[in-house]
Amino acid sequence: MVKREELLRTIDKNSRISVQELAIMLGEAEIDVANELKALEDEGVICGYHTMIDWSKTSIDKVMALIEVKVTPQRGIGFDSIAERIYKYPEVTSVYLMSGGFDLMVILEGKSLKEVASFVTNKLSPLETVLSCSTHFILQKYKDHGTILTKKYDDTREIITP
Amino acid sequence: MKNPLADKIVDIKPSGIRKFFDVVKTIDGAISLGVGEPDFDTPWHIRDEGIYSLEKGRTFYTSNSGLQELKNEICTYTKRKQGVEYDPNSQVLVTVGGSEAIDLALRAMINPGDEVLIPQPSYVSYEPCAILAGAKPVIIELKEENEFRLTAEEILEHVTDKTKILVLPFPNNPTGAIMERKDLESIAKVIREKDLFVLSDEIYSELTYTDKHVSITEIEGMKERTILINGFSKTFAMTGWRLGYAVGPKEIITQMTKIHQYAIMCAPTTSQYAAVEALKNGDDDVAMMRDEYNHRRRYLVNELRDMGLPCFEPFGAFYIFPSIKKFGMSSDEFATKLLEEEKLAVVPGNAFGDCGEGFIRISYAYSLDDLKKAMGRLRKFIEKL
Repeated sequence: MVKREELLRTIDKNSRISVQELAIMLGEAEIDVANELKALEDEGVICGYHTMIDWSKTSIDKVMALIEVKVTPQRGIGFDSIAERIYKYPEVTSVYLMSGGFDLMVILEGKSLKEVASFVTNKLSPLETVLSCSTHFILQKYKDHGTILTKKYDDTREIITP
Repeated sequence: MKNPLADKIVDIKPSGIRKFFDVVKTIDGAISLGVGEPDFDTPWHIRDEGIYSLEKGRTFYTSNSGLQELKNEICTYTKRKQGVEYDPNSQVLVTVGGSEAIDLALRAMINPGDEVLIPQPSYVSYEPCAILAGAKPVIIELKEENEFRLTAEEILEHVTDKTKILVLPFPNNPTGAIMERKDLESIAKVIREKDLFVLSDEIYSELTYTDKHVSITEIEGMKERTILINGFSKTFAMTGWRLGYAVGPKEIITQMTKIHQYAIMCAPTTSQYAAVEALKNGDDDVAMMRDEYNHRRRYLVNELRDMGLPCFEPFGAFYIFPSIKKFGMSSDEFATKLLEEEKLAVVPGNAFGDCGEGFIRISYAYSLDDLKKAMGRLRKFIEKL
């Protein structure tokens, strides 16, 4: 029986690992691992296999912003419908419903500051239920998804120890 | 001029690991699977407590036997993990690594001429420490066909009326062997009958990959005759903090504390504060590291067997000990040639005792990526042989 949590934790950090390798590392049969992965995908537990890219090291310009959005929840449907209106924009990478001082956290990716600004003024703010937006630009990503981006740590151990 | 040196020290042969280390240093671009310490950093919350203790100015000696809070936590931990109870005020000694505890235990218990049973292959310091304490080390050569476990028969073959202590180094460095409850029960019978004391070095107790580690102290009648040694180096990836401990019968701990008091004063205070945090809140880190080691272990066993290097499946520590006998080379020759031709460093098995001849120690305290690279080199090397 494949342990789900162990399987998920293993591919959480490395989604490129092959089913064959996973089977060896987890001490399970290949077919069982493949079936479990399929089941996890079908159930929507595994939602995708993405690549972490540090765009700042490429020549492609990307600007990321976190936008705190306050909205008026609507009778009967709460925040879901307004969230949907926002997350349908392809430039929006994440939308979270938050506790605390504001309601929705919208994470946005654009080519330039101007593009992000234009999204906020022309698309987000005019939405009827949106009361206010507060936009924060990301200046530098130090660590993302548990991975440190800014520094590589060398192995400083002695080469041979008892 | 008089000879400035003590014969007893000069006669002790230098560690085989040291010799090999000097060779590895000269090879540019070598990758190594020769390290006997975790590749993980000490979990941040533990480091943070160390830093915090410095900020608060906790920079003084602790009591000789260790910080009270740490001794309490050690007893709680031992109770929680092994179900064995010790009194924090009289049965615990915090030491500078498990290594110091090994030295102290032997010095506190040995009279000249006493014999100490040392199973090998095993960690390099038991034999010299026993000699320095004035004992006669008696080596038990563990066998591959027993998966390098210690058997009651092997003890009986080597025990004499001078035998006082049995060193029990499991989970084992370098073989990765463990002793399960049934194995311990069968040797415990002999230990009781022959009235031996046990120095049980359980520094890898958290790194077992089938069932939970069983301590010899859990076996009936053993706690009273066992000095149990453990530490923070392997479990919490804290090798550089130099912190270990011994728990055991009050009369032995008292004498060990006496030596420690005169030779060391106390273990490093910063490390002791960090260690309290490790024992209190470190379980999740240990589980994460154990899973990771386990994945690598399975990967390596599979790779080694696939390339035709026979090895038994090790269930503890972070080492694999494959046999290289079929290539008709000594361990030293194999390791040196591998280093020269493929720039891959492993430790020759005979560094851990003569009976380690014909084996090499491969450590998996490396990331999977590093291991893959190394296995590629090893495979290439073997295919050419």
